[in-house]
Amino acid sequence: MSFQSLIFDLQRFWAEQGCVILQPYDVEVGAGTFHPATASRALGPEPWRAAYVQPSRRPTDGRYGENPNRLQQHHQLQVILKPAPADSRDLYLASLAAIGIDAGLHDIRFVEDDWESPTLGAWGLGWEVWVDGMEVSQFAYFQQVGGIECDPVSTELTYGLERLAMYVQGVESMFDLDYNGASGSGRITYGQVFKRAEREFSAYNFEFADTSRLVAHFADAEIECRALVERGLALPAYDQCLKASHLFNLLDARGAVSVTERAAYILRVRALATACCETWLAGTGG
Amino acid sequence: MGELLLELLCEEIPARMQLDAIGFLQGVIRQRLLSANIRATEPIESYVTPRRMVIIARGIPDRQPDRTEERRGPRVGAPQSAVAGFLRSTGLSSTAELEEWELPGGKFYVAVLVHRGRPAIEVLPDLIRGAIAGVPWPKSMRYPASSLRWVRPLTSVLCLFDGQVLPLPLDRVPVGRTTRGHRFLSPGEICVGKTADYLERLREARVVLDQNCRKETIRQGLEGAVAAEGFSLKPDAGLLEEVTGLVEFPIVLAGAIDADFMTLPPEVLTTAMRAHQKYFSCLQPDGTPAPRFLLVANNVTVDGGKTVIAGNERVLRARLADARFFWDQDRRVKLSSRIEALADRVFHAKLGSLHDKTCRMDDLADFLVPVINASEDLARRAIFLAKADLSTQMVAEFPELQGVMGRYYSLYDGEDPRVANAIAEHYKPLGPDDTCPSSPESIVVALSDKIDSLSGFFAIGQAPTGSRDPFALRRAALGVIRLILENGLRIRLRECLLLAAEPFQSFRKKADIAEQLFNFIADRLHIHLRSQGFEYDVLSAIFQRGSEDDLVRLVLRARVLQDFLASDDGASLLTAYRRASNIVAVEERRGSRKYDDEVDPALLHQQEERVLFDRLAEVSDRAGTLLGR
Repeated sequence: MSFQSLIFDLQRFWAEQGCVILQPYDVEVGAGTFHPATASRALGPEPWRAAYVQPSRRPTDGRYGENPNRLQQHHQLQVILKPAPADSRDLYLASLAAIGIDAGLHDIRFVEDDWESPTLGAWGLGWEVWVDGMEVSQFAYFQQVGGIECDPVSTELTYGLERLAMYVQGVESMFDLDYNGASGSGRITYGQVFKRAEREFSAYNFEFADTSRLVAHFADAEIECRALVERGLALPAYDQCLKASHLFNLLDARGAVSVTERAAYILRVRALATACCETWLAGTGG
Repeated sequence: MGELLLELLCEEIPARMQLDAIGFLQGVIRQRLLSANIRATEPIESYVTPRRMVIIARGIPDRQPDRTEERRGPRVGAPQSAVAGFLRSTGLSSTAELEEWELPGGKFYVAVLVHRGRPAIEVLPDLIRGAIAGVPWPKSMRYPASSLRWVRPLTSVLCLFDGQVLPLPLDRVPVGRTTRGHRFLSPGEICVGKTADYLERLREARVVLDQNCRKETIRQGLEGAVAAEGFSLKPDAGLLEEVTGLVEFPIVLAGAIDADFMTLPPEVLTTAMRAHQKYFSCLQPDGTPAPRFLLVANNVTVDGGKTVIAGNERVLRARLADARFFWDQDRRVKLSSRIEALADRVFHAKLGSLHDKTCRMDDLADFLVPVINASEDLARRAIFLAKADLSTQMVAEFPELQGVMGRYYSLYDGEDPRVANAIAEHYKPLGPDDTCPSSPESIVVALSDKIDSLSGFFAIGQAPTGSRDPFALRRAALGVIRLILENGLRIRLRECLLLAAEPFQSFRKKADIAEQLFNFIADRLHIHLRSQGFEYDVLSAIFQRGSEDDLVRLVLRARVLQDFLASDDGASLLTAYRRASNIVAVEERRGSRKYDDEVDPALLHQQEERVLFDRLAEVSDRAGTLLGR
């Protein structure tokens, strides 16, 4: 099964479960959770089901395309089911069956792994899901976002698509993944699509990002976010919060953040996230 | 007599929480039954798996016993309104139902009320609901089906009393007589009549309910798998406990480790397999790592585990490829050139960087090196390098390999093996069961590290209180004690603690820090010696000589005193001493004066008195010399 068919099949499966299939968010994020379709919609009472692929940037994980298991940008398939259905686990296992992972042949395990995003002020309890010892998904019940209680609680599923595809295809390097399933000259590998980006962004993230400019951009995003919150514009404000979060990750990758500064930066982003979430909730009532 | 069967079916409960939770549930149900005056004739059984918590209580009486209550009312002949009020409060209708008792102070109405015991089936639901609600999970969550916070969502509850469903109030969580077996091996619903039925059906549904039984099955499976290949199992009690909490139907499978990876240090292999994958390691007959790993799966697959093994082998290859990448990368940079990075690593916000810490350790070496008789150059070199491995990628990935990697990397850099060992051992002993370093250079580094941490944290007011000991200072103090005692080090501890407190004078006076820390170490020593079998009285006597800070001598004194008191001579001395001191006490009372002046030899008349006096003088001179050493 090619990388893209894996995505098609998972999306089709979740569409059949009543999820709207959305597109990736167009601001740099560290995980699918940050997409407003999860971060904002997990709050408030309205039912909501969505699934989407989200390119997720983790600057410190970059290895210049030289490590077969690490990327500075990987892809998550994110599912949110609100309220959390009682058969969440069965649905998840059925989704694995839909991409050919048969429970009769594998050892599928739910191992404790609580989820927390300090910058988003969010946490939930759940598991990492192992298939024959390989972690292929995160499964969490959302308890808080932006420091606000989720009521009702949602189920959040995150599939690490590269890992899952490596497992399904039986390859040892992410860059060898069959991307499109074509043969001969039409065959495209993951490496052909992303290797250059890995190399160049690793260089940017670790060596060439201008730290004084990043610091200035962070401050700008913070000010802009506050100003937009003042005007009750929750979503544009949240974009600025996401930008601040990514700028902080870049500073971190550049090694420009000391331990004490680190905690302070996280608190600043979290304060923005909380303000955005409160603004979002205030707006839905009116 | 009836049987209570309770099963809470739940989404996977974290392994580390299972035993505490089931122990609590069992205890609280036992207690609540007792308070409700329902005495089960048999001990309550309890079982736990990743998906279920089960309580079985046999021999429960069908109803609570009746209870008689005698309630005193107003005096006979009291005003009508008082009598009517009493009747109302007791639920009776006329004075004919009251008795008249002759009591001190006159004749009183007494209501003898018989409270009928309620049927167990009425009492149990609230009692069980309360017990469930009280389970103290380390972390709990909300979920849509119930207002009851729980560790993970409850799927359903089976609750039967003598085969009859007890309706527990648990919102939308189904409560009844059904459950489910193994998630993959027996997916259907199971309907249960009574307890024996339940146990049988679960067995058929591939659930090994009893955690001890499951653990034993795994242990035997592991032993069998290694024996088949002529290897032995690297014992790991903690991991065995953990995997017992990850499976309902354990299947032990063996996989191969690629030969390429067998050149990695054994600790790296074991840690990479254990920390992330929960695999057991195997050993060759000569104790070196064998190229096999064992995993405990939770599924019997149609191909006999082939796919599962192949998948796990592939995951392990990726993990070990990562580890080898770190191993190769880390060795490109000499450990000694990692020292600069330590200046950026915070030890504690108030206590500076790790570089600051190693400088302080180096100052303490001035004092420790001569008394421990270590090689000064080697000890200082080891201190200089002790923390350098914290900036390696391997230790970042596997923090439990700190020190161990320092040894490998320093040997690779060509450092003296004694330096490498001192780096590896300086975190030891890690607990009462861990071995204690014994080479002089290791002792210097281990002691300076621990004493510096203790002194620093005491200086900033972070001494342990109650169960709060976030910096593991009790363990550090015990480490100091064991390093000193087990190596017979003659150290003036007070002097050493004063030196260690010097860098922290901006927080508190150094004498105060040292004294508080000394008392803390003395307390830990007291506890340590008690656990070694020393009598409380002996220790109190020894510790009263407050100025003693040579721990070795202190313990020798305790041993001599305890041995002597246990001998016939000791017993006679105690008797004689007690008798003499009683006589003196009586004489002092009679004469209203003290007899504590110097002995005047001129007053000694009898031969025995003179001999005793001379002998005492001679012995106390010698004793003084001996005790002063």
